[in-house]
Amino acid sequence: MQEEEKIIEVSHLVKNYGKFNAVDDASFDVYRGDVYGFLGPNGAGKSTTIRTILSLIKPTSGQIKIFNRDMATHRPYILQRIGCIVEKPDFYNYLSAEKNLEVFARISGVDIPKKRVHEIIEFVGLKGREKDKLRSFSHGMKQRLGIAQTLIHDPELIILDEPTTGLDPQGIIDIRNLILQLKHERNKTILLSSHILSEIELIANRMVIINKGKTIVQGSVTDLLNARDLIVSFQVNDVEKAKQLIQSSTLNLVIESTDDKNLFIHIAQERIPILNKLLCDSGILVYSIEAKRKLEDYFLKLIGA
Amino acid sequence: MKFWKNTYNEFIKIAAKPRSYIGIGAITLIVSIILFAMRVDGAFFISLITKPFEQSLSFEGNILNGNLIAFVILQMLIVHVPLLIALVTGDLVSGEAAMGTIRLLVTKPISRTSILLSKYLAGCAYTLVMLLWLMFMALVVGKMIFGTGDMMVLNGNGLVVFSEQDVFWRFASGFSLAYLSLVTVATLSLTLSCFSDNSIGPIVSTMAIIILFTIISTLDVPVLEKVQPYLFTNHMVAWRNFFDDPIPVAKIIKSGEILLIHIIGLLTIAIYKFNKKDILS
Repeated sequence: MQEEEKIIEVSHLVKNYGKFNAVDDASFDVYRGDVYGFLGPNGAGKSTTIRTILSLIKPTSGQIKIFNRDMATHRPYILQRIGCIVEKPDFYNYLSAEKNLEVFARISGVDIPKKRVHEIIEFVGLKGREKDKLRSFSHGMKQRLGIAQTLIHDPELIILDEPTTGLDPQGIIDIRNLILQLKHERNKTILLSSHILSEIELIANRMVIINKGKTIVQGSVTDLLNARDLIVSFQVNDVEKAKQLIQSSTLNLVIESTDDKNLFIHIAQERIPILNKLLCDSGILVYSIEAKRKLEDYFLKLIGA
Repeated sequence: MKFWKNTYNEFIKIAAKPRSYIGIGAITLIVSIILFAMRVDGAFFISLITKPFEQSLSFEGNILNGNLIAFVILQMLIVHVPLLIALVTGDLVSGEAAMGTIRLLVTKPISRTSILLSKYLAGCAYTLVMLLWLMFMALVVGKMIFGTGDMMVLNGNGLVVFSEQDVFWRFASGFSLAYLSLVTVATLSLTLSCFSDNSIGPIVSTMAIIILFTIISTLDVPVLEKVQPYLFTNHMVAWRNFFDDPIPVAKIIKSGEILLIHIIGLLTIAIYKFNKKDILS
């Protein structure tokens, strides 16, 4: 089997501001073709990590390799192959959308014909507004222009830092679809930061969670979110009877906790129907079965929800 | 190649920014007011210069001419133009930080030194445009209204008269030295701009430094006399030396050297700071 190509390798990255550790030994790898979710609560160190990857800030220690080259020594080579939005999509408000794109295209390292500028404007759905000054643009429109700016020089790697922040629901859906389009139609590798798990779940194939600057967990989204060992809540009519039945059964299950209506049980996915049958056969009415993923719980705890 | 493309970008940005036209507008307005005042009350102004010499000299011809008007205007305005220059050059880096566009700029495959030097070059070009506009308004428009003639200058050596043919090269040389002093101010404000994430700070700081240095230059305190010759503000009026007779060449060279040392020193600090700066805006 062919080994996957690493596009970004972050190793033991540390960034300190005085005594404050903004990033504390963070490590993760992004592979070619990934939509890589970079997840963490606000203040977790996502933006600092992204800014360090993009050489906006200097790391205190650690190494960043992109396209198998060290950012510290191959900055122009690497940046020529990256398109990015860091936090808000800020542009020159006194220039038109078209002029803004031309300004950034001119220094992107490749010759970009005017036709390409118009194609990209059309791709992000801003056709007809290209001559308008940016001061008349909504946040959503600026975000679209931000994506246009990342694509203008056809980069291999796209880094999007919280691209849906401040957008209305339709705007979020539009940007999400644009990102998926980039992955499927243009075969881009995308590093996408967010503090919303569901957003990453919908778009990313791999992800890392960081908190307080540290890498908490990383891996494929499917593996992390659909871990076999789940906590499942069973809503029943008689919690005490159900509890005794489970404890006396040969299923060997661990009951995490109970409340008035529910039992929370550690159980593998394939054993859920067996337990359900056992409860029903014993005359216990099961009103609902709800799987609670450990990671989701954990992440909700992290963000204090 | 990317450097020149980025420099072109900087020209576009300066040309598109409304604040870039404040300086042009201010120069146009102030010079127009001075020209109007001279047109109305010029004779009185001339009498102030000629009165002390009327018993020993007789004055004939067009004394209140475009050459004299240009000299007066330059003398009045060259101290104030730095503020107008700093309005634009003090915003070159900090303005990008305030807008947030610096994040995009610095993630492009161009070195930070090139980004800064592009901005510097564009700032110097803007300074040149401002000075050329001042020269045009003072010399060309002045001559259109007041005509031409020999030029009378009252300086430390008394009254000096330059023939009409002897004037233009003095203005050209004087403007060149004045340009060097304005570039020093532009470099100072660009350097301060690298330390700030808002535009107001560098602009106000530039003016504060100019005012502070000017005050130090005028204080008759022995301990300050040692530093006074090295303050760039002391050399901002060095252009007037071209209207002395004989021209103090050594003094002019010294002023040029001190201004150049300031420019190189400040630019080095700016490049170092901009390269080391964490972009947090």
